Amino acid sequence: MAAVMPQFVPHPASSRLLLSGNEAVARAVWESGCKVAAAYPGTPSTEMLEVISTYPDIYSEWSVNEKVSLEVAIGAAFAGSRSFCCMKHVGMNVASDALMTLTLTGVIGGLVIAIADDVGLSSSQNEQDSRYWGRFAHVPLFEPADSQEAYAMTKLAFDFSEKFQVPVILRLTTRINHVKCLVTVGTREPHLGAGFQKEPARWVMTPAGAGKRIPLMFERDKTLRAEAEISPLNTIDNGSDKRVGFVASGPAWMHVRESFPNAPVLKLGFSCPVPLEKVRAFAATVEKLVVVEEVEPLVEAELKAAGIECLGKDILPRQGELAPNVLKPAIAKLLGEPVPVGLTAPAQVFPRPPTMCVACPHLGVYYTLAQIKNLTISGDIGCYTLGAGHPWNALDTTISMGASMGIALGLDKGRGESDKDKRILAVIGDSTFLHMGMQGLLDIVYNGGNVTVLLLDNRAVGMTGGQSNPGTGRNIHGQEAPRVNFAKLVESLGVKQERIHVVDPYQLPVLFKTIREEIKIPEVSVIITDQPCVLIDDYKKQKPYEVLEDKCTGCGNCVDVGCPAIHVTRREKAIKPSGKEVELQFVKIETSVCTGCSLCVQPCAPDAIVHADLTKPMRLVRH
Amino acid sequence: MSDQSITNILVVGIGGQGVMTATEILAEAAIALGHDAKKTEVAGMAQRGGVVSSHLRFGPKVLSPQIMAGTADLLVGFESAETLRWCHYLKPGALVLMNTARLVPPVVDLGLYDYPDDPLAEIRARGFEVHAFDAMAIALELGDVRLGNTVMLGAMADHLPFPPGVLLDSILKRFSARKPHMVEVNRKAFEAGRAADQAAAHNKATEAA
Repeated sequence: MAAVMPQFVPHPASSRLLLSGNEAVARAVWESGCKVAAAYPGTPSTEMLEVISTYPDIYSEWSVNEKVSLEVAIGAAFAGSRSFCCMKHVGMNVASDALMTLTLTGVIGGLVIAIADDVGLSSSQNEQDSRYWGRFAHVPLFEPADSQEAYAMTKLAFDFSEKFQVPVILRLTTRINHVKCLVTVGTREPHLGAGFQKEPARWVMTPAGAGKRIPLMFERDKTLRAEAEISPLNTIDNGSDKRVGFVASGPAWMHVRESFPNAPVLKLGFSCPVPLEKVRAFAATVEKLVVVEEVEPLVEAELKAAGIECLGKDILPRQGELAPNVLKPAIAKLLGEPVPVGLTAPAQVFPRPPTMCVACPHLGVYYTLAQIKNLTISGDIGCYTLGAGHPWNALDTTISMGASMGIALGLDKGRGESDKDKRILAVIGDSTFLHMGMQGLLDIVYNGGNVTVLLLDNRAVGMTGGQSNPGTGRNIHGQEAPRVNFAKLVESLGVKQERIHVVDPYQLPVLFKTIREEIKIPEVSVIITDQPCVLIDDYKKQKPYEVLEDKCTGCGNCVDVGCPAIHVTRREKAIKPSGKEVELQFVKIETSVCTGCSLCVQPCAPDAIVHADLTKPMRLVRH
Repeated sequence: MSDQSITNILVVGIGGQGVMTATEILAEAAIALGHDAKKTEVAGMAQRGGVVSSHLRFGPKVLSPQIMAGTADLLVGFESAETLRWCHYLKPGALVLMNTARLVPPVVDLGLYDYPDDPLAEIRARGFEVHAFDAMAIALELGDVRLGNTVMLGAMADHLPFPPGVLLDSILKRFSARKPHMVEVNRKAFEAGRAADQAAAHNKATEAA
């Protein structure tokens, strides 16, 4: 957060609080006596660390990326302290290099890793299933179904992690992270770290050392499976209607209970390793067994491999949430019952995709990029990914954090015949650059790429709510912290000083000229924009604008800026002197939300946009 | 379809309007009365201007946090077209409280899509009872467009399975803790919302007669 957050006195024990899954995990982390918590922001996981940072007696940090956050947590756990790290699902792809060897060393202090899967893709580039990591890394994995369970399982996970000296993964989904429900909380129990004990055979993973730890990992697998068989987190609801029994986990278990109140259900709270014998015994009590799991058929495949007959993804979708509206028709069909139909079809209403904010500094960048022809634009992850949309259509690729760099270099080196004269441009934000973009830029420099990099420094992790990073000059508590100098950083990576420009994205002519010149030069250039995100305190509002109705000629230049405060009030067809038919778009500005950035004023040919007369009563723009 | 003991309220609008806060206040009121409650959102990217639909379920014991289409007891729409977008979530003949203000997205301004001509008429044609009023105009009259969500909460007050005072207390408690200077104006906004709802119900009755 941009502002300094007040330290608050946590609610007393036994309070029943309305908490999101993220808030519940944060409370449990604090109560567990955790000493170190680290994360990189990412929806839907972000609030876990934001909330932890407000608790006393716990060190918390925004790390530069998920891998570093996990390594920080590993160090603390090696020192015998309890530690926590959290991330969105794709974060573990970055952190997994550490995880896959951590499983060999194990831990001393309890280490809990919360991974938030974005089932249903509300805010992500893919929908991967983090339960794979439990299998891949041979570590136990807990799956809560709501906030209360997230709270309880986090506390259990710390104890379990310490007892078996293994990191525990807490698998969450958006439908836990962002759902609020009642949670009964407890109190903090301090936990004293034992201190780091030198033991090279365990902490230094050379090939010889690691080779000796692998059999220990397989032994641990057996212990973990035995634990899962008797775990109180795996419960059976006998039910009276034995036609279909369910094995379910996470929010999908809630949906099963909601949809089939009389059905037998085995709930997997400790779902990796799967308690196969418990499931086998349960399967014997029901006519048909259906596995309800989001997203991949992991438990299903393991049951089938163990000879337990079951259904799963053959009747349920492999994508998205398994909510009652999905489950009820699928099970009705399985039982040969009439399939319930929706009462009324949804109305046809235009889509309303997220937009860039009024006065966002990225608007100037994308307005400019949309004016320049012959570009291939390699994009990245952040608010500026929205540049792919209307009206700019000025972003051609997005894959993963920091990928704009390597992909731009690949687009340059792998040019096809039709790309011979194309200019390659990469767009990346400050936080994404520090997360994983720096290495890519170094690669471009080292290998002589011909790429123009636009580094959009808005001093915040914008998309997730304006968190701090090493480029903002503030730490997680909003206190002053060392601030990266991006111009010096890219120069030290080898970009020539004369190829580095710092420009104000609200100065359209300067921005246009700088980009036009740099894309012509066949070497790497970096153009840094330096205006803050409009949602953080650094942004200072200016006097708002309005449109003089009688002066607007309908040219529509301001509409191309893409600011949501500009509304078209009237369209007219007109014939130009050249005989070409054009559509005129007459506009108004929603003065009550305009913050006076002037981006729309600059392309306005007839000077029809002027500072608003604020002495008049504010009117709403209506259509 | 769904458990009769559970009340399902769907609150919809666009990011930045205070939809999620309004639903949270409603949830707190239900909890204050001893209900179990779950609140969940489909909010899209953490950006402004996108579609937001917030589900609130309360009763003796709530399992799934999601309201199924065709089972909502009350739909509260903070924006005209958004109310239309979600009205199929209602039970047949159920009540809609609708802010008639139109917030036009860039895709409409760019001429890529049309804004529906008359969302109110379309919702009524589906057989739902609608109380429609301009909550944004009421909020602006009170001096701050951000009061819109309290106006909408006021409009809900007479349609809940508990007395209006419980909801008002829940709102005022929140403001006394965070912005004490906003308590009085929120009380006014709440009462203005209640009055707007009653007037809308009356107009509807008069039209019918």
